[in-house]
Amino acid sequence: MLSILRALKRKGVLAINKRNADYTLKFNPRSLYPLVDDKSLTKQLAQDNGIAVPDLYGLITVEHQVRDLPTILGSHTEFVVKPAHGSGGEGILVIHGRLTDKYRLSNGQMITHDELCHHIYALLSGLYSLGGQPDTAVIEYRVEFDPLFERISYQGVPDIRIIVFLGIPVMAMVRLPTRMSQGKANLHQGAIGVGIDIATGETLSAVWKNDIISEHPDTGYPVTGLRIPNWEGLLALSAKCSEMTGLGYQGVDIALDKHKGPLMLEINARPGLNIQIGNNCGLLPRLDLVEKHHLSLKDVAERVSFARQHFRAALC
Amino acid sequence: MNKLHLYLLAATAACLGLGIFMYKALFMGFPLSPVTSTEVWNVQARIRFVADGNPVKASIFIPSGSNRYAIVDEHFVSGSFGFVVAREDSNRRATWSVRRANGKQSLYYQAVVRRVRTSAPLPGVEQPQVAPRSMEGPTAQAAKALLGEIVAKSADTPTMVAELIKRLNRPDPGENARLLLGAKPTEERKVRTAVRVLESAGIPARAVSGVSLKEGPEESSKKTNLIHWLEVYEKQQWQGFDPRTGTSPVPVDWLPWFRGSKKLATLEGATDLRVTLTVSPKLEEGVAAAVRRGEISKPVLLRFSLFSLPVNIQAVYKVTLLVPLGAVLLVIMRNVVGIKTFGTFMPVLIALSFRETGLLRGIFLFSVVVALGLSVRFYLERLKLLVVPRLAAVLIVVVGLMAALSIVSYGLGGHSGLSVALFPMVILTMTIERMSIVWEERGSVEAVTAGLGSLLTAAAAFVVMNIKWVEHLIFVFPELLLVLFAITLILGRYTGYRLLDLYRFRDLARG
Repeated sequence: MLSILRALKRKGVLAINKRNADYTLKFNPRSLYPLVDDKSLTKQLAQDNGIAVPDLYGLITVEHQVRDLPTILGSHTEFVVKPAHGSGGEGILVIHGRLTDKYRLSNGQMITHDELCHHIYALLSGLYSLGGQPDTAVIEYRVEFDPLFERISYQGVPDIRIIVFLGIPVMAMVRLPTRMSQGKANLHQGAIGVGIDIATGETLSAVWKNDIISEHPDTGYPVTGLRIPNWEGLLALSAKCSEMTGLGYQGVDIALDKHKGPLMLEINARPGLNIQIGNNCGLLPRLDLVEKHHLSLKDVAERVSFARQHFRAALC
Repeated sequence: MNKLHLYLLAATAACLGLGIFMYKALFMGFPLSPVTSTEVWNVQARIRFVADGNPVKASIFIPSGSNRYAIVDEHFVSGSFGFVVAREDSNRRATWSVRRANGKQSLYYQAVVRRVRTSAPLPGVEQPQVAPRSMEGPTAQAAKALLGEIVAKSADTPTMVAELIKRLNRPDPGENARLLLGAKPTEERKVRTAVRVLESAGIPARAVSGVSLKEGPEESSKKTNLIHWLEVYEKQQWQGFDPRTGTSPVPVDWLPWFRGSKKLATLEGATDLRVTLTVSPKLEEGVAAAVRRGEISKPVLLRFSLFSLPVNIQAVYKVTLLVPLGAVLLVIMRNVVGIKTFGTFMPVLIALSFRETGLLRGIFLFSVVVALGLSVRFYLERLKLLVVPRLAAVLIVVVGLMAALSIVSYGLGGHSGLSVALFPMVILTMTIERMSIVWEERGSVEAVTAGLGSLLTAAAAFVVMNIKWVEHLIFVFPELLLVLFAITLILGRYTGYRLLDLYRFRDLARG
């Protein structure tokens, strides 16, 4: 037990007490939380700041607006319905196609228009929101993910999580949905977390549940050693998001779209700590380094190059 | 800077709390442990007999108190009998009478006896007149002869009485004594014999019957028998002598019931008289007793303490003050150990209800209610209800379940299920709701783990909160809350690893 404690200290593993007391409580002012807790607000803010996000088709805030759903959808046959205050990927419906009054989900299952409307009603009543408060339904563009991920994800949308501290990306991972996670990219639910070398954008070892793996358990394709396209652009996007929200310590979730490139999905003010397992690396040494140098770094480009220089996987 | 501020605040609170605590404990005499002493007894005499339609008169001697014990409250259960209390010599006698009575009858005399400590000298008692006893023939001769033997071996009255008692207690007391005592003498007979022998020497003596007020470890009601001892008038006072040892004075726990050689109870017009005496000690807490006796100094401070509150409010605070302690324990379990629980303070409230139900029964009842509630909740899930109506529905089900559990267990002849009513129903409802959501989102393993974590934390909180000594300390020294406050402040800045973090990140420790 003591040896584990010493090893974790030596590696600088950040645990929850310290994350809360020394990072989120210290660097994330409470007043900024609504910006990221409400996904429609985040989207608005991102668009104002020129950050690419999935196109918004419409918002439904009160029950009677559900009747206007056909108008909101217009000619779009593929879309995503998500709760503005949702967490952990709950309550997200990904529609892949439409046949008159039926909708096809990502797993091939069909639902009727009435079932879709009921889902939205339940969402509005707060079924998926933190604390059960009334919620807003966000209806937006469905990300067509990059072919890179096609073979290593099972249904759902894989995303890239980048932890950004004081404007500098410090650690990153890809989250791949599995059969066990039912298409969700949440590690708790059985998604795979694959660490990414900040310097190169190459994927490192993967963690599934508590095991280190190198192939996707459902598709059998290797998940280690892949190179994420446009990595520099992704890092720059995440750094820009940090400037935009003003949160000192945040997790930025980004999806890679086939046509539109990196799109920011959401921002998390209390990002999880399992990212350290996927990278086999503690966060604390990187966070300390950032705290020492962040004032000398003037713009996004400088910050990204600082990160790529100092946070190489080999240094861990 | 920030940390210094925190440490200063915590240190100030802790020092203030400990300082007041030490002052109260060392200089004001507040007891540190919940010493309980028996200061009060309930004594009861129950008279039973069978009446057959004739006028009945039943009477019994009742205690009149002594310099050691005060009768603070008396109560007679008389049924349809008329009843009167009258003085008779130095005793009091209660007499019940009725014109007609049929069948089995029970009459009660109940009294509350409180120990008193008076150091004032007893008022002198008038020299009693010894009525010359008509002792004739061989008994008078025997008494005289016995007296002669004893006087020769003693210096004064006390030594003479002691010598007499010693002689009567011998397995072979001698011919004279045996003649007076008869074969196989009872304690009562020995006392009466001693009285007769002493009276024949012109020394005022009397027999006393009473009960022994034992200090029970718990509130227990015990049947007891009359004990007898001897009182001799000496130095303007009646002095008691223990008939077994001849020592004086008699043990402090002997409560005199009546004096003289008469029977305890008499009955006219009915048959089958039976008298049962019971004594039950009542425990009193050290502080309350000390406050009442004025042993704790500075009563001004007491006027503004919890002891100044009405007793029922005090009882509420006894429990309420334990909640902060449970909360500190919860902080440790969550932030230092890393156990997941449903709801922040739910385990503390569950632990409070465990105090009423007992630990094992509490865990069982809690599990039953939650399991049944969960199954109903899963059924409701299929109806796709909106959040607030769904919560209300679960609450209704929980209340119904609690009532049903109480009724079923009571119907099966046990009182154990009744305490389920003490569970906080809103907390149970929220637990069920959260558990079902975690179950759906994260799977059964996580839901059951957090459920067990909550129960474990509640059990731990219960164990600590149920220690009598802890309850006593926090109630008598509520300033210890400041110390708890300081501990939570410090724990609020604990940024080290939780115990379970070591497990969670163990893979990182390998490489």
